[in-house]
Amino acid sequence: MKTLKALPPRGTIAAAVFLAIVLAGLIGPLLAPAGPGALLGTSFTPPGSEFLLGTDHLGRSVGIQLVHGIRTSIYIGLLAGITGTLIGVAFGTLAGYRGGVLDEILMGLTNIMITVPAIIVLLLLSISLDTRSVTVMGLCIGFVSWPWTARAVRSQIASLREREHVDIARLSGSGTMRIINVELLPYMMSYIVMAFVIQLYGAILAEAALSLLGLGPSGTASLGVMLHWAIAWESVRGGQWWVFLTPTVFITAITFSLLLVQSSLDTVFNPRLRVGKAAR
Amino acid sequence: MTLLRHILSKFAWYVAAFAAALALNFFLPRLLPGNPVDSLISQALRGTTSSETKQRVYETYIREFGLDQNLWSQFVTYVGNVLTGDFGTSFSRYPADVGTMIGDALPWTILLQLPAVLLGWLIGNLIGALAAYKRGGFDRSVYLTSLFLTAAPYYCLAVILLYGLAVALPLFPTGGGWSFGLAPEWSGVFTMDAVSHWFLPFLSLLLVFIGGQAIGMRSMAVYEVDADYVRFAESFGLADRKIVGYIFRNGMLPQITGLALAIGTLIGGALLTEIVFSYPGIGTLLYDAILNKDYPVIQAVTLLVLIVVLVANFLVDVLYGFVDPRIRAAERGDR
Repeated sequence: MKTLKALPPRGTIAAAVFLAIVLAGLIGPLLAPAGPGALLGTSFTPPGSEFLLGTDHLGRSVGIQLVHGIRTSIYIGLLAGITGTLIGVAFGTLAGYRGGVLDEILMGLTNIMITVPAIIVLLLLSISLDTRSVTVMGLCIGFVSWPWTARAVRSQIASLREREHVDIARLSGSGTMRIINVELLPYMMSYIVMAFVIQLYGAILAEAALSLLGLGPSGTASLGVMLHWAIAWESVRGGQWWVFLTPTVFITAITFSLLLVQSSLDTVFNPRLRVGKAAR
Repeated sequence: MTLLRHILSKFAWYVAAFAAALALNFFLPRLLPGNPVDSLISQALRGTTSSETKQRVYETYIREFGLDQNLWSQFVTYVGNVLTGDFGTSFSRYPADVGTMIGDALPWTILLQLPAVLLGWLIGNLIGALAAYKRGGFDRSVYLTSLFLTAAPYYCLAVILLYGLAVALPLFPTGGGWSFGLAPEWSGVFTMDAVSHWFLPFLSLLLVFIGGQAIGMRSMAVYEVDADYVRFAESFGLADRKIVGYIFRNGMLPQITGLALAIGTLIGGALLTEIVFSYPGIGTLLYDAILNKDYPVIQAVTLLVLIVVLVANFLVDVLYGFVDPRIRAAERGDR
C-alpha cells in the first residue's frame, strides 16, 4: 500500500488508462450487437450516429472490431507475459542459485536467445502454423520472450544468495526449493512485477507486429490485424482516418501507459531517480 | 592477449548463435506437426490450378531441399546452397532469382536505416545526457516525449507521419521509393525524387531511435551526475556544455552495448516501417512474400536479417572490448 502511495501521479493516470482499455475489451464484446466479422453497412462509412467509429473496407463496424481486438491483444499479451515471466524467473533462479555447469548451460542458451531476434523466430514459427489460434500465438510469444528476464533475475539471485539469512537457512537444513521460495523470491517480487509489465508490453507489441505482417491470429480481430487490413486496403492514402487511426491510437495508448506504469514503479523502487536537482 | 581471448570467446558464441539460427531457419518450418513440407507445397499451390505451376513448385522444392533424402542430408544440402549464395527461385515472381531480388531491395533498406541509426544514436544520447544534468522541467518533458516515441511502435508513428505530412498536408509523396514514371538511375532528377520519398520513413525511424537512446542515456547519466568529477567541474564554474560532454563520454560506454542489443529489434521495427511507406526495401519484400506465401523469399530474408544482426552484435562486442578494458575482465553474461 505504501508503495502505491509513492507512485507518481503520471503512473496512477497511466494505470487508470490501461485498466479502462482492458475493461472496454472485457465488457465491449458483450454489449456489441454483432460479431467482429459481421458486414453491417457500406464500406468506409465515416463515423456518425449509425457507426460510432465508422466501417472498414468490407463494411464491418470498426467499433465492434476494436473491442474484440483489444480483448484478443490483451489476452495474447497476458498469456505470453505470464509464460515468459515464469520461464525467465525459473531459469534465472536456477542458474543464479545453483551456479556451476547448470548456470553455464542456461546462460549460454539465454545469450543465444537474446542475440537471435525474437521477431524472426516468431515469424518462422508463424509461417509454419497453418491456423494460428490466439492461445497458440500467446504461448509462442511467451516461449521466445523470456531471455531478458532470465538474465536479469540470474544476476539478482547470484548476489542475493550470498546474504547471511540464506546461509542460515541452508545451515538449518532447508531444502533448495524452500530457500528459493522463502528466502530469495520475496526479495525479487518488485523486480518480477516490473519484469512482467515489460513482458506484457513486449508481447502486445509482438502480436501487433506479427499481425501487421499478415501472420496474425486466424478468424478473429486484433489490434494488429485491424492495422494490417487498414494498410493493405490503403486507408491511410485514401484518407479514411477512422480505419487506421483507431488501432494505431489504441496500440499506442496501451503500450505508452504500460511503459509509464513500469517507469513509475522504477521511481518507487529506485529512489535515486526521483531526487530533484535542488536536493543534491 | 586478453583482448584476443575476448574476441575469440565472443566469436565462438556467435558461431554457436549462427548455427542455432541456421537450424531454426531450416528445421522450424519442417518439424511442426502435419508434415510441413507437404503443407508448404499445398499452401503454395492453393488456388493454383495450372499443372505447369504445380510441376514447377514441386521441382523447385525437390531440387532445393532434396526431398527424397532424410532430414539431415536435406539440411546439409540447404547449408551448402546457402553458403554458395543460392537462395533458390521465387514462387510468386517465377523465374526471378531470390538472391537477385534481395540484392535489389537491400541498398534501399541500408540507405534508410544506417543514417537513422547513427544520427539517432548521437542525438538521442546527447539529449539524454543533457536531460539528466539539467533535471527539473526540461528532464520531465524530454523523458515523457522520449517515452512516448519509444512506446508508440515504429509503424504507428510511421502511420501518423504518413497521414499527417503526406495525405492531410501533402508535403511529401505518399510512399514508394520513387515517383511513377521514373526508373532508378544515377541522375539529378531521380536522386531528388528518391530523397523526397526517403525523408518521411527516415524521419519516423530517426524519431523513434532518438527516443530510445535518450531514455537509456538519461537513466545511465542520472548516476554520473552525482559523481565527484561533475561537482568538481561545477565548482570550477565550467560551462554546462562542457560538463554534459564529460557525462556523455562516461555514459556512452554502456550505451554501445545498448546499441548492440537494440540492433535486432531495430531492424525488425524498421522493416515494418517500410511496409507502411511501401518503401522498396527488404521489409516490403518480406511483406509481399508473406502475402504470396513465397517461402524461398521469406526464408532468405529471415536468414539475411539473422546474419546481419549477429555480425553487427559481434562487431559491437569487439569494439566494446577495445574501448573498455573492464569488460574483458568481466567476461560473464551478468551486467
